[in-house]
Amino acid sequence: MKWVALGLVAAGALALAVVLGPTHVPWSALASSDIIRSLRLPRAILAFLVGGALGLSGAALQALVRNPLADPLLLGLSGGAGLGAVLAIALHLAGVWALPLAAFAGALAAMALVYRLGLAGDAEPDPRVLILAGVAVGAFTGALTTAIVSVASAAELRNAFLWLWGGLSGASWEAVLVVVVYLPLPALALLAAARPLDLLALGEEPARYLGADVLSLKRRVYVAASLLTAVAVAVSGVIGFVGLIVPHAMRRVYGHQHRALLPAAFLGGGVLLVLADTVARVAIAPRELPVGIVTALIGVPLFALLVRRWTMT
Amino acid sequence: MDDDLILDVRNASCRYPGAAADALDDVSLALRAGDFHAVLGPNGSGKTTLVRAALGVLPLRRGGVELLGRSVARWSRRELARVVGVVAQREENLFPQRVRDTVLLGRYPHLSLWGGVRPDDRAAVERALERCDVAPLAERSIWTLSGGEYQRVRLARALAQEPRLLVLDEPTTSLDVRHEMELFELARSLADEHRMAVLLVTHHLNLAARFADRLLLLAAGRTVAHGAPAEVLTRETVEAVFGWPVAVERFQGWPQVIPLRTRKGTG
Repeated sequence: MKWVALGLVAAGALALAVVLGPTHVPWSALASSDIIRSLRLPRAILAFLVGGALGLSGAALQALVRNPLADPLLLGLSGGAGLGAVLAIALHLAGVWALPLAAFAGALAAMALVYRLGLAGDAEPDPRVLILAGVAVGAFTGALTTAIVSVASAAELRNAFLWLWGGLSGASWEAVLVVVVYLPLPALALLAAARPLDLLALGEEPARYLGADVLSLKRRVYVAASLLTAVAVAVSGVIGFVGLIVPHAMRRVYGHQHRALLPAAFLGGGVLLVLADTVARVAIAPRELPVGIVTALIGVPLFALLVRRWTMT
Repeated sequence: MDDDLILDVRNASCRYPGAAADALDDVSLALRAGDFHAVLGPNGSGKTTLVRAALGVLPLRRGGVELLGRSVARWSRRELARVVGVVAQREENLFPQRVRDTVLLGRYPHLSLWGGVRPDDRAAVERALERCDVAPLAERSIWTLSGGEYQRVRLARALAQEPRLLVLDEPTTSLDVRHEMELFELARSLADEHRMAVLLVTHHLNLAARFADRLLLLAAGRTVAHGAPAEVLTRETVEAVFGWPVAVERFQGWPQVIPLRTRKGTG
C-alpha cells in the first residue's frame, strides 16, 4: 500500500513536470509537441534519476558514517565530483560519457581526504568531525571549481552557477542514457548491502559480531555512493540536500530497515528533485533558478532543525 | 576429538596497533557445551581484548583459537555469527528502531543475500523475546527503553542468533539488583537447559563466584588465577590483583569478597 502510494506520487510528479512549463502546451498537443518530447520529458526523467541517485546515496552514507546528518554534499563528495568534472572539461579530457568517471575520481579523492581529516588521530572517524571535514572540503572544492570556471574558456563552463548550484537545463536524451548506463551497478551494490548497513548502525564491533564484514562493506558502500553522486553531478552539477531530506522523510514512513529505506529513498529523491526542478523552471519564468537553490531553500532550515535535535539528544 | 568442545583458546597473545606491550599475554581458556565461565579483572586487564581475540576480531601474535575445531581466523564473520552470539560492552542506537526489528538483526547471519525473512526466523525472534521477558516491549522504540530493558533486548538479539556460544561483556553495568540477578539466572539456565556455552565478562566477583563454573582472573593481560571460584577468589589473590584489602567469607558455600574500609575506626 505504502509502495503503491509512492509509485502514484512519482507518476504524478513526472506528469506535472511534463505538463507545467514556461510555454503553455495545450492538452491536445501534449503527445505531438516537440517541447515535450525533446525538452520536458528527458528533463523530468533526468531529474527523477538524479534525485533518486542522490537520495539513495544519502541514505547509504548516513548508515555508513553513523551520522543522520550525512549527505553527499555535506560529506564533500558532491564538491569533489564537481571539481573533477569541471577540471576534466577545462582540460578537454572528457566527453559526456567519460565525464561521470572524472567526477567519480574527484568524489573518491574528496572522500579519502574527508575520511583522513575525520580520523583526527583515532582508529575510527568521529561522525561529527567527519561532517565538519566534509563541509570544509566542500567549501574548498567549491572555491577551486569557481576559480577554474572563471579562467577557463570552454563553452560548457560558461555558467559557474550550473556547477555550484546544479541545474538540469542541459538535459537531453543522451544525458538520460548516460545515467541509465552508470546507475544500476552502484544502486544494486547498495541494495545488496542493505542488511549489513542495518547492522552497521549499531557500531562496527557489534556489526561484526552479527556477521557483517565491516571493512569490505565500508569500501563497497563508499565506492558505490561516490559513483552515484558522481553520475548525478556529471549531468546536473552539485545539487545539495536531496540526500539529507529524503532519507529522513522516508524513515518516518518506511522505517529504519535499509531493505525498504534504500528503494524508498531512491523514489523519494526522484520525486523531490522533479518537483524542485519544476519550481525552478516556472517560478521566475522565462528565466530559471538553479535547482540546487530550490533544494537548499527547503534543505537548510531542515538541516538546522536536525542539528538542533541531534545535539540535544 | 572432543565433540562438546566449543571454544579453545590456547596461549593467546595479541597487541593493539601502536602499543608497546601485549594487551593479552599467553592466555588460555576452554569452553564446552553447558559451561558457564566468567572472566574477571581490573579495568584494562585484557578482558574485552580476550573476547576480541577469541572471536577473531583482533589478530593473534602468538597462540591459537579454535571454534568448533576450526581455527577462528578461517571462519567468515557470517558463519561465526550463526554460532556465536555476543552482547558487546557498547553499541550505538542511531535510529529509533522497534524492539522486534532490532532483535530481528540477530537473524541476519541466517538470511540469504536477496531472500526474505522466513517463518523460522520470525519464530526464533519471538522465542528470544519471550525468553528475555521483553515480548511486551516488542512494538516499542528502543529509544524509550530503560537501561535494564535495553540490556534484555540486546540479549534477546544474541539469542535470536541461536548460538552455541554466548559471550556477554559486562552486561549488567548500570542494572539494578533485580535485573542483574535475572540476567545471571537467565545466563545460567541457558547453560544448564540449552547446553549453551556462556562466557561472561564482569566486575561482579561475588555473582560470578555463585553462578559460574570456573573463573579466569586477568591482570595486565596475563592469567593470575584460573579455576573453580574457591581456588581463584582467595584473599591474597584478590588483594594483589585489585590493590585493595578484602575479606573473603563463605555464603552458601561460595566465596564472597567483601572490600574493607581503610580509614581507622571505620572497619
